[in-house]
Amino acid sequence: MISLQTFLIISAALFCLGLFIVLTRKNAVAILMGIELILNAASIALVSFSRFITPYGTGGIGGVVAPGAPATGGQTFVIFVIIIAVCEAAVALAIILNIYQNFRTVDTEQTKELKG
Amino acid sequence: MSELMYQVIFYAVAALVLGSALIVAMSRNIVHSAFALLLTFFSVAGIYVFLSAEFLAVAQVVIYVGGILVLILFAVMLTNKVRDVNLSNPSAPPYIAAPLVMIIFAGLLWLIMKTPWKTVGPQEIGAINDIGNALMGRYLLAFEVAAVLLLGALLGAAYLARKRKS
Repeated sequence: MISLQTFLIISAALFCLGLFIVLTRKNAVAILMGIELILNAASIALVSFSRFITPYGTGGIGGVVAPGAPATGGQTFVIFVIIIAVCEAAVALAIILNIYQNFRTVDTEQTKELKG
Repeated sequence: MSELMYQVIFYAVAALVLGSALIVAMSRNIVHSAFALLLTFFSVAGIYVFLSAEFLAVAQVVIYVGGILVLILFAVMLTNKVRDVNLSNPSAPPYIAAPLVMIIFAGLLWLIMKTPWKTVGPQEIGAINDIGNALMGRYLLAFEVAAVLLLGALLGAAYLARKRKS
């Protein structure tokens, strides 16, 4: 069987690639792509933890799942992550279009109106 | 399906995820980046199938590939001059970013290998009716807040992107 560590390594590598894109790209749309990769990496980590680490016996308020019941926490969180990704993509697209209307470019190094 | 076959397909899907993400990171052409991102989203859906989260795999294909990627392609097309054959995708020199990302990746690898995970082997993570029960039961408040957030974000996006009279 494939172990938890393998899934976590894939997730970590995807996160680092997304971070690299966010740090180096100058085009605002490309930076948006990097953010989507980071969100996907987080989703993979959430689902793999939900599959390999048992949620019951952890104590706490509302953190306990009855023994034998399927663990839905990871998948539910990933649904929320997808909702956040949709909101973020829509608002980011609107902001990028506004920047393009005002500056005629989406290069993040040339839009320096606030730089004194 | 034999065990070996299972592993071979899994590692092929994992290589597809990382390889296409690498193309997104390295390509000089932003349209190539966008289509590599499409491949990444599809293969992440494959990873979800290996985690036996089939509902998430379908949601990934429908929402990411059908929604977010189309949005990104619209952004690419609306913010570049279409007559440019070579839609460039400039990037800053990676002299600082590359070592930084390498250090973060090494730290994450060290953490993943070092931590004694209390795994219980693959367990049942819930079919679609369990997810529905969880969303309408324990996570009902978060679900409603997410709905309001989605409405607010879409209204805000429509407001920001409107045509100004001037």
